[in-house]
Amino acid sequence: MAQDVEVAAEPREEQATGAVRLDAVRQVYAGRGRRRGRDAEVVALDGVSLTVAPGEVVAVVGPSGSGKTTLLELVCGLQRPVAGTVEADPAVLMPQRDLLLPWLSAIDNAALALRVARVDRDEARRRARPLFDRFGLHGFERARPHELSGGMRQRVAFLRTLLAGKPVLCLDEPFGALDALTRREMQDWLQDALAQERRTVLLVTHDVEEAALLADRVVVLSARPGRVVAVLPQPGARPRASTDPAVVALGARALDALRR
Amino acid sequence: MSARVAHRLGPLAVVLVLLGAWELYARSGRVDPFVLPAPSAVASALWHDRGLLASNLAVTAEEVGLGILVALAAGFGLAVALHFSSLLRRGVYPLLVASQAVPIVIVAPLLVVWFGFGMLPKLAIIALVCFFPIVVTTLDALRAVDPDQRKLLATLDARRWQTFRWAEAPAALPAALSGAKIAVAVAVIGAVFAEYAGSSEGLGHLMLQSIPQLETARSYAAVVVLAVFAVLLFALLALAERALVPWVADRTQGARRP
Repeated sequence: MAQDVEVAAEPREEQATGAVRLDAVRQVYAGRGRRRGRDAEVVALDGVSLTVAPGEVVAVVGPSGSGKTTLLELVCGLQRPVAGTVEADPAVLMPQRDLLLPWLSAIDNAALALRVARVDRDEARRRARPLFDRFGLHGFERARPHELSGGMRQRVAFLRTLLAGKPVLCLDEPFGALDALTRREMQDWLQDALAQERRTVLLVTHDVEEAALLADRVVVLSARPGRVVAVLPQPGARPRASTDPAVVALGARALDALRR
Repeated sequence: MSARVAHRLGPLAVVLVLLGAWELYARSGRVDPFVLPAPSAVASALWHDRGLLASNLAVTAEEVGLGILVALAAGFGLAVALHFSSLLRRGVYPLLVASQAVPIVIVAPLLVVWFGFGMLPKLAIIALVCFFPIVVTTLDALRAVDPDQRKLLATLDARRWQTFRWAEAPAALPAALSGAKIAVAVAVIGAVFAEYAGSSEGLGHLMLQSIPQLETARSYAAVVVLAVFAVLLFALLALAERALVPWVADRTQGARRP
């Protein structure tokens, strides 16, 4: 599956370009009880510094409420930090839920970014089709989202993210809603897909094993307010298997850092 | 099998029982036939006055059809405008709600003064009566679009109107059609009001005329024709719904199958 050499022929992805730099970022939300005054505000991130090199895959793990999603939205420019700086090349978000549009076929969903960029429908489909063949969706181009399995929907959502043509991908718990078996399958699939389409990736997950398997570096955030408590490099080379000793060891270290 | 037959015949049986009870009551002599005609009398009026009913239906149908088109255009237009502008939403929405509290009886004469006795005041009244459910259902559905969906489109570099075109408008379409279905049902009543206010033809006019002529059965026959017409319009919209928003029907059928 991983030995699909044809793909390297696409020249534009030879050199990944996207870089991300966060410096002492702090993000605060107004709390729900506005009448109670300023005490109600919630600090989502506090003093978070983080860099992602071009082509690097960085996983961010942390407990619920540690500001992981906030981090991605800052990188994607959907939010501005109250303090600190965010410098990022154009980034596209793949949200937790696939958010496929039920009135569009799978291929039109995948090509949504192209349509938004005013590419006409036939041309958009023509560009999306090879990805369907390559990424295990051959024959499902015309299926409606409700006809697809959970794993397939995530694949289409990932293709939609790829076809946005941005150097940085922000994946927000892409497999969180899948069953354990499908999730495994999708992790291997994503590893393979990223080997073919080299991009800078910021992957948010609460699954340390997933982080250890897919990432070159694992960043561990603390519970609210989110602070970086550990940055763990992945020594193992690609492609990795979830049973590789390096992967297992990194997962254990990440879990350890989370518990502290 | 027998359950399916019962499923089909059940509603018919209910109608037959109700008609039978009505017939018995009307013939019992406890109520004047000028006040409540028997179903058999209504049926015979339907037959005898079929020419009269048909020509008046043609008038009312035209009013209702055009009136609904006006209401749809106004309703969708207003919903989109209110959706895009919070200023309008705050300023105009309460007025729209208040407008629904104004009895048509009050404004109808004014409309007649302004627009005369022709088609225009009727269209205005029908549109006034039925644009409101269209605005409310459409606007609510436009605003109910998942905020994450908007974020997603924003990271795909969609502009405001593109988010509307790709996500909000299609998402709101089923609700807009529901609003239109409610509107169809009340549009018919709107037409009767409009004809009461001043007209020389149409089913509402026929009803109004038949009562002082002691032709109560004829006015009931006009009501039956009007009701059947409303049901047909409703069914037409349901068909349009299947064609316009196939993903809704697909999903519910898919859910039922397993």
